[in-house]
Amino acid sequence: MPKDKSIQNVLVFGSGPIIIGQSAEFDYSGSQACLALREEGVRVVLVNSNPATIQTDLDMADEVYLEPLTPEIVEKIIEKEKPDAVLPTLSGQTGLNLAVALKSAFKQFNVQVIGTSVETIELAEDREKFRDLMVALGEPVPESHRVKTVDELAAAAKKIGLPVLLRPDYCLGGEGTVFVTDENDLRTKGKYALQMSGTHQVLVEKSVFGKAELEYEVIRDGNDNCITICSMENLDPVGVHTGESIVVAPAQTLSDDDHQKLRSSAIRIVRALAVKGACNIQFALDQETGGYWVIEVNPRASRSSALASKATGYPIARVAAKIALGYTLTEIQNKITGKTAAFEPALDYVVLKIPRWPFDKFGLNELIGTSMKSTGETMAIGKTFEESVCKAVRSLDLKGTDVLSNASYDATEKRLFHLIERLKTERVEHVAEATKINAWFLHKLKNLSATKTGLVDFAALQERKPVFNMVDTCAGEFAAKTPYYYSTLFADHDEAVASAKKKIVILGGGPIRIGQGIEFDYCTVKAIQALREAGFETIVVNNNPETVSTDFDVSDKLYFEPLTVKDVHRIIQTEKPDGVLVQFGGQTALNLAEPLAALGVNVLGTTVENLNRAGDRKQFKELMTRLAIPTVKSAVARSQTEALDVSKTLSFPLLLRPSFVLGGRAMFVVHNLKQLEHRIEESLLISEGKPVIMDEFLEGAVELDVDCLGDGKNCLVAGVMEQVEETGIHSGDSACVLPAQTLSKNVLERVNLFAKRIVTTLEIKGFCNIQMAVKDNEIYVIEVNPRASRTIPFVSKATGLPLAKMAALIQAGELTLDRVPEPKTRLVAVKAPVFPFKRFPLVDPLLNAEMKSTGETMGFGKTFAEAYLKALHAAGQRFGKNVFVDQDKKHAARMKSAFKDAGLTVTNTLEEADFAVSTEEGQENASLRRQCIAEGKTCVTSLFAALRLAEAIKSAPHFELVALSKVHDAQPTQTRTYSKTGE
Amino acid sequence: MKNAVGLLVFSDGSYLQGQGIGYPRTSIGELVFNTSMTGYQEALTDPSYAGQVLVFSYPLIGNYGISPKAFESSKSWVEGVIVSQACEKPQHYDSGTDLNDFLRAQRVPGIAGLDTRALVQKIRVGGVKPVALDIIDEDLVDTHVKRLQKKALGFDYEKENFVARVSRTKIQSYSPMEPKQAVVLVDCGAKQSIVRDLLQRNCRVHVVPYNASASSILKLKPDGVMFSNGPGDPEQLKQTVSACKDLLGKVPVFGICLGHQILGQALGAKTFKLKFGHRGANHAVQDVRTGKIWITSQNHGYAVHQIPAKAEEWLKNCLDGTNEGLLCDKYNAFSVQFHPEANPGPYDANALFDEFLERMS
Repeated sequence: MPKDKSIQNVLVFGSGPIIIGQSAEFDYSGSQACLALREEGVRVVLVNSNPATIQTDLDMADEVYLEPLTPEIVEKIIEKEKPDAVLPTLSGQTGLNLAVALKSAFKQFNVQVIGTSVETIELAEDREKFRDLMVALGEPVPESHRVKTVDELAAAAKKIGLPVLLRPDYCLGGEGTVFVTDENDLRTKGKYALQMSGTHQVLVEKSVFGKAELEYEVIRDGNDNCITICSMENLDPVGVHTGESIVVAPAQTLSDDDHQKLRSSAIRIVRALAVKGACNIQFALDQETGGYWVIEVNPRASRSSALASKATGYPIARVAAKIALGYTLTEIQNKITGKTAAFEPALDYVVLKIPRWPFDKFGLNELIGTSMKSTGETMAIGKTFEESVCKAVRSLDLKGTDVLSNASYDATEKRLFHLIERLKTERVEHVAEATKINAWFLHKLKNLSATKTGLVDFAALQERKPVFNMVDTCAGEFAAKTPYYYSTLFADHDEAVASAKKKIVILGGGPIRIGQGIEFDYCTVKAIQALREAGFETIVVNNNPETVSTDFDVSDKLYFEPLTVKDVHRIIQTEKPDGVLVQFGGQTALNLAEPLAALGVNVLGTTVENLNRAGDRKQFKELMTRLAIPTVKSAVARSQTEALDVSKTLSFPLLLRPSFVLGGRAMFVVHNLKQLEHRIEESLLISEGKPVIMDEFLEGAVELDVDCLGDGKNCLVAGVMEQVEETGIHSGDSACVLPAQTLSKNVLERVNLFAKRIVTTLEIKGFCNIQMAVKDNEIYVIEVNPRASRTIPFVSKATGLPLAKMAALIQAGELTLDRVPEPKTRLVAVKAPVFPFKRFPLVDPLLNAEMKSTGETMGFGKTFAEAYLKALHAAGQRFGKNVFVDQDKKHAARMKSAFKDAGLTVTNTLEEADFAVSTEEGQENASLRRQCIAEGKTCVTSLFAALRLAEAIKSAPHFELVALSKVHDAQPTQTRTYSKTGE
Repeated sequence: MKNAVGLLVFSDGSYLQGQGIGYPRTSIGELVFNTSMTGYQEALTDPSYAGQVLVFSYPLIGNYGISPKAFESSKSWVEGVIVSQACEKPQHYDSGTDLNDFLRAQRVPGIAGLDTRALVQKIRVGGVKPVALDIIDEDLVDTHVKRLQKKALGFDYEKENFVARVSRTKIQSYSPMEPKQAVVLVDCGAKQSIVRDLLQRNCRVHVVPYNASASSILKLKPDGVMFSNGPGDPEQLKQTVSACKDLLGKVPVFGICLGHQILGQALGAKTFKLKFGHRGANHAVQDVRTGKIWITSQNHGYAVHQIPAKAEEWLKNCLDGTNEGLLCDKYNAFSVQFHPEANPGPYDANALFDEFLERMS
């Protein structure tokens, strides 16, 4: 079937800010789709409110709208852009929900839905209709009943028999799904589930808890051809969400009969649903009888399809996009082998995925279960299961976790380590019985626990040197053209061959976690693009299966490996690159700079010596004194005694900060000695032997985030961002605005001056992010981070300067800054954070120095008010006309009058209010804030934010659509525009 | 033996050594690889692998043990097995024993701990090749390399008549509860799943030796005749091809794998040896008339070409374009190069048995 020529202009949705359950995987699938569509000559219009995505750059789509992903706004974009078609299935649940909501708009504006139809989406999403279809097909499903009230729910549960699962409709990542074993919990949990559902409907379903959980990724084209890309087996049995499970691919414990049974079932279902593109199907398998049940179907690209793509080398989203244009599988090429995409990948290795959880951020050691709580994941490839486990654990980049204490069988983030520990003494059969984990996995884990060294020194134990093998989709049957490598101790033949070209290794950021998010993947990918354009061979090292940087097509070579000194050095020994870039992959990559340099590796950019001058507190202080730049009074401590001792030289409150960590991990504001004593231990633990910094805390100051580039001599101040929230709240959790709104000309000039002084003195080559605070017209430099910052994509979009590309070219010696003009901004841009509190009902959503946001949105506007409200709207915050202001001894009156002044009604109770403001610490306030989260009401938690919000609401701005291509018409967007060194 | 190593020797004298598993004996065969990630037991008991040493590209073999239900014939026919890791602690409700014990009982020698991907690549580049293997004392490697090299040099897969070894020598009949049609299955090394698929469709099945004549087949009053899969060079099977030719136009004919090559020859086509064959569960074949594809189970070292006009080229392999199916409406005959009976592999093309039933009625 040839391409449908009527499709010339396609609207593609992004999935919005990174939230738990919807992470970088949709930047990956969306970006792949953009590339696949554009190489067919199709114009792509992309809408996504997330600035940190690669898909929202104008070199990925022909037009980009950084606008809220709401049906109203998307409809306006449709009206303006008049697309022929829309592709909604590559942007997660957000895309599906939009497609369903915009059904009539599509009809009105004559927009064709390409790929899987809205009818199919509705059929797969509606659990009752889906269940009926399965019954008609003869596919086994657990018994279930749809209910609308708690009474109906209780009756249904009684009929089915406990345990049951309560599944709310239209929910993401298992959100709201609860498991009920005890009759006494039925009503409370039932009420909660009904509340979580978008339609106030819940499916009560027989639980297949404890059965094996399997997933299949299927692709179907318009000619009814179906193939399965990958089988995946969850190590954790049913009861733990697949996003929370350790997953292995291909399935390890299925016989051919089991596998073909499930594969055939998956294909029957995909055909019956008439999916056109990618589809994920989850099964429960009774491994005592061979019986199975269909659990769930997702007729779209997903986290699992990203994993399957990386695990096999088969680009599912790309193929799905081509199918949406009308191609059949046989007409699409597999770029790795140069042969047809109509085949099923054969693996000759074992892939393991382990999720990364944020429990450390919230001081919790929670059970994992049916609702997703992990923020990201890492994947490892090895020749044996044991090898893949060891590699995946190295890739997790865990810090300061005491893994072996209190080893229990419970499904927690540490279960893997606990199992290995307990298997030292316990029988496999016993552990299998207690955990329902297939004994095959436990025997393998026992092999790891059988040695003293266990996980840590698996490589040394094997007494072998690793070699690199290729991921080639076909187990060596055909010659592969696209090099995608992994290391293994269990092969002899090394397939990695270094080329004679100029080449650079770029280190990625590993799994996505709070504080180290998709921004660093954005930076990594931009660096790759710039260096490729400049004629370098680019070699990427990373281990996050969700990301664009681990798409084998993005770089010249991809090493899917842990980001440890040993693992990276092994690659460098093989590739012998001209240099290594460490500033792009967040702190994970930067932390490798010094040890790699010590091994003789050419670390590009700012020298390790100067990196340390910025990072080491003592050297930093000396430098600031020498440069006559004010800093807050501070001290460092390596022990609790030292901390208490040196605190005498400082005045409280103090801000505690471990060195060399991201995202404010274990960062605290302490107001007295007692609090210091209590908090310092965790800070020291996370600091891992490096000192904890103790700063005098500037209360009520305005914080600035300054992103600069340096070329060794010159400094470009790319953006001075003003934080909306006050000091004490982590900059990653604060909204910020560019250009700064409240600073005087004089202050701004001094900010620029200080930044330039720092950047040139440190001979920064590449990025430099400087945190400053302004109080009473005095500027203090808080810290200097000589690496890509979280705000680089935001500043790039706000200014039109491709900062990450420029930084890469500078470090490669291909660009100097002497002819680059200071950027000007025509519009106001605001970045707003999003938080995962809904997933952590026990956590007080009050913000502090420890970063808790998972992602961000961006809003452009003519005024601050428009941009701020747009960004907040995109972040899901809704305000309405009635506000409840919670008690705040100092500031309640001020806030109330500000809202009244803005024309809002200040209510006496939360019930009457559309949203709340609650800014004070304390039990009662915390419980009100938690109530807001539970009821889905917006809760503003800082004074500054509340005041700015009232101001913005008062000015009642009109939202105007902003096309990214029109924002910087006077600005160059390509690095090519600048002269190269030596030209 | 104290330090038993598995020794794999090529005809050029190069060799690999790993951990010896299975039954210690000298064996000689053609080294081939299979890329399927499941189905090792079905492959090991598939008579088509007679005379071959089988490399599994998937590194973990034996995970779900050995099941009494997954035998494709009465025994294992491979000359040897090469794996990266043989699972010692299998886990499956159907499993009776582990891979090593099975190989020992089947008198099949094997080697574990080899870089099977490197072997796959060697075969891909240089083609299938004769090898000899044995499980020997570590101290005697040099001596055995020389001995085994000679064995490998003396082996010629094309010259051997493997079909004669694997075929039944007497007629064996199977009857379903309510027999409707009768099929004669000419046994060139038939997989039991073919019999199962026919029985499931209420066919009485008479399995006859590979060298049965057309007249002896017709005496069984079949509604249709099938030619099965099997090992070796199809050009050797002159007698079977001639029986097939005699049957054309008299009864509906269906060929699978070697049976496809037999029907092809009977219609006047030729066969040729592929460099390294197709062995796995992931190749797509396409119906050239409709564009539809099936993912298929494949196990063949030869392919059909030079197809005369009276036969229609029905299916082609999506990866290398080789012929995967023939139609001949004139004689109501059809055949496929792959395995619609699956086991191991996908069931995508299983409806071909239904089509055969329709052709018989």
